[in-house]
Amino acid sequence: MTAEIGQLSLTLALALSLVLAAAGLAGARVAAGISRQIASSAAIGLLVFIVLAFGALEYAAIVSDFSILNVADNSSLAKPMIYKITGVWGNHEGSMLLWLLVLALYTAAIAFAKRGSERLTSAALGVQGLLAVAFLVFILFTSNPFLRIDPPPFDGNGLNPLLQDLGLAIHPPTLYIGYVGFSASFAYAAAALITREFDASWARAARPFMLAAWIALTLGITLGSWWAYYELGWGGFWFWDPVENASLMPWLVGTALLHSALATERTGAFRTWTLLLSIAAFSLSLIGTFLVRSGVLTSVHAFANDPERGAFILIMLILAIGGALGLFAWRAPSLETGSAFEPVSRETAILTNNVLLVTATATVFLGTLYPLFLEAFTGTRISVGPPFFAVTFVPVFVALLMLLPIGPRLAWRKSEMAEAVRPLMPALGVALVAAAIVSVLADSHVLVAAGAFGLAGWVIAASLLDLFRRRVKTAAAFAVAVAHAGLGITLMGIAGTTLWRAETLSLLGPGETAQIGPYTLTMVRLERADGSNYAAIRANIRVSEGNRTIATLTPAKRIYPTEQQETVETAIRTTGVSDLYLALGDERGTGRYIVRAYYNPLAPFIWFGGAIMALGGLTGLWGRIRARNAQLAPNAVPAE
Amino acid sequence: MKFVIAALLFFATAVQAAQAPGTLSDPALEARARALQKELRCVVCQGESIDESNAPIAADIRRLIRERIQAGESNEQIKQYLVGRYGDFVLMKPPLEPNTWFLWFGPAAVLVTGGAIAAMVVVRANRRAKGT
Repeated sequence: MTAEIGQLSLTLALALSLVLAAAGLAGARVAAGISRQIASSAAIGLLVFIVLAFGALEYAAIVSDFSILNVADNSSLAKPMIYKITGVWGNHEGSMLLWLLVLALYTAAIAFAKRGSERLTSAALGVQGLLAVAFLVFILFTSNPFLRIDPPPFDGNGLNPLLQDLGLAIHPPTLYIGYVGFSASFAYAAAALITREFDASWARAARPFMLAAWIALTLGITLGSWWAYYELGWGGFWFWDPVENASLMPWLVGTALLHSALATERTGAFRTWTLLLSIAAFSLSLIGTFLVRSGVLTSVHAFANDPERGAFILIMLILAIGGALGLFAWRAPSLETGSAFEPVSRETAILTNNVLLVTATATVFLGTLYPLFLEAFTGTRISVGPPFFAVTFVPVFVALLMLLPIGPRLAWRKSEMAEAVRPLMPALGVALVAAAIVSVLADSHVLVAAGAFGLAGWVIAASLLDLFRRRVKTAAAFAVAVAHAGLGITLMGIAGTTLWRAETLSLLGPGETAQIGPYTLTMVRLERADGSNYAAIRANIRVSEGNRTIATLTPAKRIYPTEQQETVETAIRTTGVSDLYLALGDERGTGRYIVRAYYNPLAPFIWFGGAIMALGGLTGLWGRIRARNAQLAPNAVPAE
Repeated sequence: MKFVIAALLFFATAVQAAQAPGTLSDPALEARARALQKELRCVVCQGESIDESNAPIAADIRRLIRERIQAGESNEQIKQYLVGRYGDFVLMKPPLEPNTWFLWFGPAAVLVTGGAIAAMVVVRANRRAKGT
């Protein structure tokens, strides 16, 4: 019964999305008021039926309905309840349904919020409808989560143990709220092209959605990096893995978009460019989703293993991206682009920011996709790993961070450099002091460390100056300062961990000791620590500093019999400023295990900074919503 | 008997961890091996370096690197040997060759083109600002 409800809901959702697309686009004409009402209702109906379909799949997973192939393949009776719930999006079919759910949520939000003119909203809803049609057809015909299996098995195959983790359970929804959020700014950009309403109103209408998407993507990437850190057991936080890069590209372009859209809103500058960035941010989100989902990353040949899905994905990408770019090429030249500003101005700063962010995106794009193209066309296989990005991506970001504190201090249209930079002198002082202290204290990588911490000091101090001095009056300026400070904090974390991490590999039996950083590790005992769906061996390791015992850490190793897979459960002791990180390796001889120990100075700052960036975004979003409510209230004074 | 156990426990607590299997006793050479490992890809894994892979072939290559380092070979010689065996795929940083020019110079091309367009935009905007 569950499968039938799900299937029926998806089918009805497809019908409604067709109505939404047709009515929404028809509503772009002035006289089509009825169409606009139909589109609004269809958007709500679409959400209802997709929630029903998603709920049906959740229910099937929770009650372990193994008559549904997707549940039998990806769940098992012994799996803890929380992972039965979150495991729904741990596989291809379920995660596509989650994607669709988020799309429906944003679509309903556009219909409810009614930002921008009626025609603009309607056209945006129509574009969202087209996206929903494409995804529903894809799900129903190639990735149906409600297919049956006859006879149903007694138990399921279980979920990849690496995914049985709370961090990874909330990572995909967060990431999708980011990816799919850019569909809203994409839809508004397309709507502006369709309706020819090229003034700043579309950018203003799309702004909260851009911000929401950016916040979620920032959090999603931070969570993903944190998960990789504690779950994979290598003490690393970013591997320049294609899957990670796939989420970084929309973030970089989305960040460029936030800045460029700000200029468009305030002064009408860069209208064409902001339209193009909106299209690019969502295109990269689509590419990211499909890079990860199509299996093309594992191997070019995996793409061909399921030719139906592969071909469908390619056609969809070409239609969505090509269609939008075609519309852009057709309509955009008619744009009036006569903005006027002097070379020293906020506009120029934002333009520089955009050039650098787009270059950074290009390094990631080429580093991720070039090896795939090269192999597909010539058969030559190359690897593009961290050393490539260290020499291409990092310099671009260094330049960006050096210029970052100056941008927000420049006035729109016309500004004085000396006047803007003078109040930043204390920040420059902080930067120099930070660099000096670090070069005295550091016993290795002195120059790089001094540069990195000087840069971090510069960015953070300048943001703090902005926070505590004159510019804190508007929520927007506050948000900017917080987000920029977060970036500086992340930089400190990355620099500290990368430059000064210590690691030791030791073979420990009960009673044996090893040294790492300031700590002495003593293996106290090894014990079994089985769970409901795994067997585990756990080490009790005493951590002491000098003669004082400060903690007992219990790194473990799990074996999941159903899935026939091993996972490493790291043990991390954090002081908030540094991490002691232990991972249990293989058994060698009897009763002795390899223990990998890492001392990661400043590692927590990486994720702390990410959270602060997201917080900055949230402040900005909140300010926007409050300002709008004030505008909507009767007798209100117009905001700003 | 009790004495024996007590003695064993005493020695056990005083014993430093045995040298981890497969590491070199000279810390400088071991550090070189670790750094080299990070620049090499585990050819059967998904994006992992030799340094961080659990695959048997990665363990073999870790051993091979140490044998060759002890035999006095340079990092370049070891890389050459591995490239001969597995191709450029084994290098985490792709070599600069005609078929990687696009990869290596693409970002710089984007920067230069983007910078040029931005400069043009600024010049025009400035002309308009001064004109009004």
